[in-house]
Amino acid sequence: MNIKINNKKISALKGQTILEVARANKIKIPSLCYHPDLDVRAGCRVCVVEVKGRDKLCTACSTAILEGMEIFTDSERVIKSRSLNVEMLFASHAEKCVDCTLRFNCTLLDLARDYNLKIARFSDRKINRKTYKFANAVEIDGTQCIDCSNCISACDKQGISFLKMEGNGCNQEVKQNKDNHSACIYCGQCANVCPVAAAQEQGEWKQVEADLKDNKKIVVAQFAPAVRVSLGEEFGMPYGVNCTKKINTALKILGFSHVFDVNFGADITTMTEAEELVERLNNKKAVFPMTTSCCPAWVAYAESYHPELLPNLTTARSPHIHSAGAIKSYFAKKNKIDAKKIIVVSIVPCTSKKYEAARPELKYEGRPLVDHVLTTREFAFILKKNKIDFKNLADSETDPIFNDGSGAAAIYGASGGVMESALRSAISMACKGSKNKLCSSRLEFKEVRGLKGLKEASVNLAGHKLKIAVVNGIGHFEQLLPKLNQYHYIEVMACPGGCLGGGGQPMPTTDVIRKQRLEGMYKIDSGKSVRRAHENRQMTEYYDWVKKNKLSAKLLHTKFSAKKR
Amino acid sequence: MAKKNIIQKIDEVGLVGRGGAGYPTALKWMAVKNALKKKKVGFIVVNGAEGEPGVKKDGYLLANKTEEVVNGVYLAYQFLDSTKIKKIHFFLKAEYYKAYSKKIKEVLKNKKYRLFYDKVEFFCKPETPSYICGEETAIVNIIEGHRPEPRLKPPFPADSGMNYHPTLINNVETFYNVSLIDKGDYEGKRLYTLTGAVKHKGVFSLSASISAEEILRDTRNYPDFDFFVMTGGEVCGELLRSDQLQAPVEGSGLLMVFDKKKTDYKKLLNYWLKFYETESCGACTACREGTYRLHELANKPEYDKQMFDDLIHNLEESSLCSLGSSLPVTVKSYFENIQIK
Ligand code: SF4
Ligand code: SF4
Ligand code: SF4
Ligand code: FES
Repeated sequence: MNIKINNKKISALKGQTILEVARANKIKIPSLCYHPDLDVRAGCRVCVVEVKGRDKLCTACSTAILEGMEIFTDSERVIKSRSLNVEMLFASHAEKCVDCTLRFNCTLLDLARDYNLKIARFSDRKINRKTYKFANAVEIDGTQCIDCSNCISACDKQGISFLKMEGNGCNQEVKQNKDNHSACIYCGQCANVCPVAAAQEQGEWKQVEADLKDNKKIVVAQFAPAVRVSLGEEFGMPYGVNCTKKINTALKILGFSHVFDVNFGADITTMTEAEELVERLNNKKAVFPMTTSCCPAWVAYAESYHPELLPNLTTARSPHIHSAGAIKSYFAKKNKIDAKKIIVVSIVPCTSKKYEAARPELKYEGRPLVDHVLTTREFAFILKKNKIDFKNLADSETDPIFNDGSGAAAIYGASGGVMESALRSAISMACKGSKNKLCSSRLEFKEVRGLKGLKEASVNLAGHKLKIAVVNGIGHFEQLLPKLNQYHYIEVMACPGGCLGGGGQPMPTTDVIRKQRLEGMYKIDSGKSVRRAHENRQMTEYYDWVKKNKLSAKLLHTKFSAKKR
Repeated sequence: MAKKNIIQKIDEVGLVGRGGAGYPTALKWMAVKNALKKKKVGFIVVNGAEGEPGVKKDGYLLANKTEEVVNGVYLAYQFLDSTKIKKIHFFLKAEYYKAYSKKIKEVLKNKKYRLFYDKVEFFCKPETPSYICGEETAIVNIIEGHRPEPRLKPPFPADSGMNYHPTLINNVETFYNVSLIDKGDYEGKRLYTLTGAVKHKGVFSLSASISAEEILRDTRNYPDFDFFVMTGGEVCGELLRSDQLQAPVEGSGLLMVFDKKKTDYKKLLNYWLKFYETESCGACTACREGTYRLHELANKPEYDKQMFDDLIHNLEESSLCSLGSSLPVTVKSYFENIQIK
């Protein structure tokens, strides 16, 4: 199709919207509520453009192009209407910029500057609204909400529908949906689509800053597999670039006394989980299918919606809880540090890990294993706030006592990654003593990779025929339920794409971006010389130490309990 | 062969929808019919939401012309393809739901409607917000159990309405007229609701093409005092001086008379603004925020008229649905025609 934008001839595809065509051609049309993953609602009216021959302005995000269309993106009419809409949105959004983690990438502020807005003509109309907190993980600040409904759509997509718009017009408000007995699982998908940080993680960066200043404390940092392939986005680096070594450096500059990699913890999870899988397979009375449990949002889902499945969950702890355990026990002992002085800060793509860190069963010597959890976004915010030129940082390594994990750990943040890692190790374990040399040769399991919502396969594990399934995004879980008993092993990740699409990841997160983060992860894996968790020697040393000291219950396993909805 | 003829008959007399938008009925029916060629399932919705304050014509028809209304729906059902139409929803304002659903069911018990009746479902309109609940796509949302707010168009309900199936939505009066047309009784009339400072309030059936002035005279309602009128609807219409009454009455067919001397103008303006503010569904900025700010502004002792006009203009330019763009019609005609500057 041939159209014109601002008098420039452009050819485009049928079915594309004005916004899509404009963006593909580097023509700027601002937007607030538009999100490629969600159904277009066209509520903010910021993307209005003029289309020749039409009376009203059209919203670029919702208007499909037609042959010969002539579009003006910056005419006087457009600017007038767009500015007024932004101005009114501003007046329904209490500015809390100083402490806002979106401050450095705020579309509202950019618009106010670009359109030279007089922000004070209207009074802030939502100043007395409430903030709704979901455990210690996610919150929705009613004083800042601009009514776009993105959070509601995202939660609906997760199949939870915990949120709803109550009331109408200027009195409407995003609230907890009380009609459907839903329970928030803290996945933070709502926070990842909010254009104005009204739905957001409950920030802990202030506590972390305070702890860093406290010289009685030994503040250590560890960061999760998915953070390294996404953080660069916040600093204008290409999608999927591996930033591991720059992150090490950045953390040291911020004043953390030791830096660790959660990938090490992922190898511990794999080890524990693969062992359990093989044990279950050799035990006639064992419960099947076994499911993963490293996603706290999935755990919360199971606890609230399917308590009958709790015996199916692996008791293996999640990666950052594992590595925190290694830090507070093994590392502290070897370095003769009082574990009580250690503050572990996890940097993760996830909001539900905030909730997990506060779970009472995950304590060590009476204190939480992980003291603070920062999302990737919070971490980027701290770096920007401290004017750290991340892109140009030198490389450095983690604290030598724990390495940065095997290739199997690197893919933990991708849907299917946990399953693949566990299979790599389980096969070797199950084949121990087998005369067939090929028995344990299999390394890659491409059938569980990718962004499909539900992935199924059969694999041969030392003679056991295993039916496996991967749920990519909690919204796909219920689909599996009727045939659950057919399976032996199931991975569930609450966020679409797995943790690389986590609620705490940089915004936007879209399928196109997920794919590039995913490729980044598999690239790290294929570049590693050690690609199976159980071949990570530093990890097995720690693992053997735990077992020798009979600390398994204290450091490797966890438990679950049903929750009321 | 009545089945084949009905669309031609409708087309010949040029019937337009009586809900307010005035879209040609034949075109709408054909659109649904064509969409159904490729689909297996379709729906019909009878719109008896009557959300425009003051308008009472649909209620009048449901009470007095039940048989004809039902027959009109039945004709549509047959025309569209009775095997494909899964459900017929009678979507009624709460008041009408209570008062008339029994009566409609009585009519439906007629042998002629046996199979048809099984597919009829009644739906009671939520009380708030009431205006938007008459908008076609909002009705679809409500019946499907979603929030009462309009959907983006396209797709139009004819292609993708109820559960994404082709859906015919017509106003009660439109169906009534179809029934008349079929019987050859249609005389090009429509229903007018007369209200306000008139002697003979009520619903009148008169030619659809006569002027507002004629309507006032024919119903013996032409005032003997200084007056102005609002035509179309009570909040969603056009304000006209007594020397501007040459055009026919459109929209929902309301004609309201105001006594020039006795009208509290500030109150009137406030009534509209308040109405729109409370009725805004909330989906778009221009309307949700705009109506709030307009109402806020109008209540200030001294207000910025430029700002007021900008907000009105912005509703015209960038509101998502017709609720938002109808406020400017009312308010602008008020300032242009009535208010003494
Ligand atoms: S955190 Fe997840 S479950 Fe909770 S409200 Fe947000 S999207 Fe819904
Ligand atoms: S909280 Fe954010 S995403 Fe949700 S409606 Fe408000 S502005 Fe939109
Ligand atoms: S998928 Fe990953 S990021 Fe999302 S809730 Fe689970 S653990 Fe957190
Ligand atoms: S971005 Fe198009 S209306 Fe919000």
